[in-house]
Amino acid sequence: MAKKPRTKKAPAKGKASSKSQPVATPEDFVLHSLQEEHEKSPKFDASPEQLLHFYEQMLLIRRFEEKAGQLYGLGLIGGFCHLYIGQEAVAVGLQSALTEQLDSVITGYRDHGHMLAYGIDPKVIMAELTGRQAGISKGKGGSMHMFSTEHKFFGGHGIVGAQVALGGGLALAHQYNEDGGLCLAYFGDGAANQGQVYETFNMAALWNLPIVFVIENNGYAMGTAVTRSSAETEFHRRGTAFRIPGMDVNGMDVLEVRNAAEIAFKHVRDGKGPVLMELNTYRYRGHSMSDPAKYRTREEVQEKRDHHDPIDGLKKVLLESGKTEEEIKAIDKNIRKIVSEAADFAENSPEPEASELYTDVLVEEY
Amino acid sequence: MAIELKMPALSPTMEEGTLAKWLKQEGDAIEPGDIIAEIETDKATMEFEAIDEGTLAKIMVEEGTENVAVGTVIAMIAGEDEDESDVSSPAATETAADVPGEGKDVGRSDEDGSITPEKPKSQPKADPEIPHGTNMASIPVREALRDAMAEEMRRDERVFVMGEEVAQYQGAYKVTQGLLDEFGPKRVIDTPITEYGFAGIGTGAAMGGLRPIVEFMTFNFAMQAIDHIINSAAKTNYMSGGQMRCPVVFRGPNGAASRVGAQHSQNYGPWYASVPGLIVIAPYDSSDAKGLLKAAIRSEDPVVFLENELLYGKSFELPELDDHVLPIGKARIMREGSDVTIVSYSIGVGFALEAAETLAGEGIEAEVIDLRTLRPLDKQAVLDSLAKTNRLIIAEEGWPTCSIASEVQAICMEEGFDHLDAPVLRVCNEDVPLPYAANLEKLALIDASRIVEAVKKVCYKD
Repeated sequence: MAKKPRTKKAPAKGKASSKSQPVATPEDFVLHSLQEEHEKSPKFDASPEQLLHFYEQMLLIRRFEEKAGQLYGLGLIGGFCHLYIGQEAVAVGLQSALTEQLDSVITGYRDHGHMLAYGIDPKVIMAELTGRQAGISKGKGGSMHMFSTEHKFFGGHGIVGAQVALGGGLALAHQYNEDGGLCLAYFGDGAANQGQVYETFNMAALWNLPIVFVIENNGYAMGTAVTRSSAETEFHRRGTAFRIPGMDVNGMDVLEVRNAAEIAFKHVRDGKGPVLMELNTYRYRGHSMSDPAKYRTREEVQEKRDHHDPIDGLKKVLLESGKTEEEIKAIDKNIRKIVSEAADFAENSPEPEASELYTDVLVEEY
Repeated sequence: MAIELKMPALSPTMEEGTLAKWLKQEGDAIEPGDIIAEIETDKATMEFEAIDEGTLAKIMVEEGTENVAVGTVIAMIAGEDEDESDVSSPAATETAADVPGEGKDVGRSDEDGSITPEKPKSQPKADPEIPHGTNMASIPVREALRDAMAEEMRRDERVFVMGEEVAQYQGAYKVTQGLLDEFGPKRVIDTPITEYGFAGIGTGAAMGGLRPIVEFMTFNFAMQAIDHIINSAAKTNYMSGGQMRCPVVFRGPNGAASRVGAQHSQNYGPWYASVPGLIVIAPYDSSDAKGLLKAAIRSEDPVVFLENELLYGKSFELPELDDHVLPIGKARIMREGSDVTIVSYSIGVGFALEAAETLAGEGIEAEVIDLRTLRPLDKQAVLDSLAKTNRLIIAEEGWPTCSIASEVQAICMEEGFDHLDAPVLRVCNEDVPLPYAANLEKLALIDASRIVEAVKKVCYKD
């Protein structure tokens, strides 16, 4: 079972651990000053425009991914296709706090949401999914391998955990160039067990690199629940051995995510070194499109959808703030139109020219 | 507008399935996420989820229907403001064969391009002329490499070196000696012993616009990091449709050293040279070491630069030029000859030259070619020499199986067959992990006498 999203730290989490493990108290983890700051007031005080923007972006990701699933079912998208449905608040909450044209973002193969949250045109993303010339990687990357150097989005990496070390390198470049930027490196609870993640933690802390490590804990590494794969399921503690402060964030609430992002990013920008954020979230769909869904119950998924959905949650906030159902419906309609146009574009664009086979292997001629 | 629900595929290979059960009936309201139907194949059962909101207006395929093709319209959903009775059947049933994408027909005619287009060919550039009167200095390979890095670091602020013991220790093999003093710790970075991690950081820094030189204490340890060299550095430019640059140089000693046993004695040339997206360089002497390392650092592509520990201390003539840069991808004729060609690279070149001397004493004039770059490999230089001598052997300090030697053999077979007067032979290390014992090690490695023997064989001389 995935952890429940938390807004408040339980008084003594260690009590839940098995007998063989020593009982840890919060005092054992001294690197939680950022978490304390976050918990003082966990909800970001968003302006009406920001609220609307978050809603639109999350809805765009949701509808886009649903459409991608549909196109996959029709054979228009091939290979692996990992949908972000359920996790929208994470990418939107974090990336809305970044400085455009300065900060860099890198993630794994579940990357459509992060690109959309960065304002990259849904058309060229969908066209990449369908393997067309107009795709953001000219149809040569596919779902897992998309990049936008223009937006400082560095992929889109298919090897679990590789993006963490690469993100360390992007952070090194920020530090080297003294540009004041930071790198946001996303990875999952599965990747969090990869060795290179800890090699990178070590060097990032040692060199004080401007990087925010984001573990998107959706409860399952493919079909393996975190409790079956991870000795320490409180992932925000995983940086403790490297003196990296951790944050434990409800990833199903965009306002909490944004609030935590503000705190983490400030810490990094102040030159205090890396931060490790655990975003507790949930994916409604399978790991990839071919997922037998035998490792969790329908009730579990339904419970998340009914009671923790980030979009429903924000919709409530919008209604409370005075928006009407009609206004929200209009947004929805507009998003559907954008997604539908992206799908049409992706369906009707031609496949890459055969001559593209040999382009972009090397940059230079020798 | 009514929305068509089409038979979904459970996997990329599924073509048809059974519509096992309708969980919603005509007239039912549908919310996104609702399970509408169950689809079965011989492998699995899938629940078909609604994506759109509306009313299930019409069921087109009854439950229990088998062999429903993927893409067939199975139901129609009326949107919110529609009357479901207005929803009519689609004009024709769309089947998988009409669905574009994924290797299926997308309407591009055959004339638009052949399936396997001609690969663009480029001619490697020739070495620049060394001006008449240029002073030649005798410099060890180690210093040539160091000077190449120092010159490029002076030239370009973005160039930096990282690796184990490259800074304070001055390099495990002293290749980075003096760099810390000149450039400081920001640009000469000691790393912990974490090859996978720092190779990834170096690669990421290159993606972020810097020009890292990542030193591996030896390439044996780069096995820990090979994922980043291949999956991250070599493939990203292609996968990004040419957006991402990764101008990183991975360098360090490669191949057998002396008495360090199997885990520390392997030639990775063939491994890396098999990967599209990488440049692989393996120089022999000081001039090539310097000129090619400078070219590697300036290249926009990721480069694997394979040095040899046994050559570090050897001195060779090096032209004293302000900017000695050599072309990547160009082989070098080390010695001209008319009777037989010996192709080699790295430390093998020394053995080949030694063998050529011996052979000259016996009346056989051997041409020695140093490949210098293993990828892209200078095929033309090999074929030109073969056309001249009609006999060819390859000398490689490395295993024979799937080697550079096998690659050169293949090139000769495919493109030089008519010029061959004898089979192309390989002189490689023995096909065993390198032993420690001095006598066994000697038996396992190539040397000049084995090259001489092979040359005599292809010349049909005892």
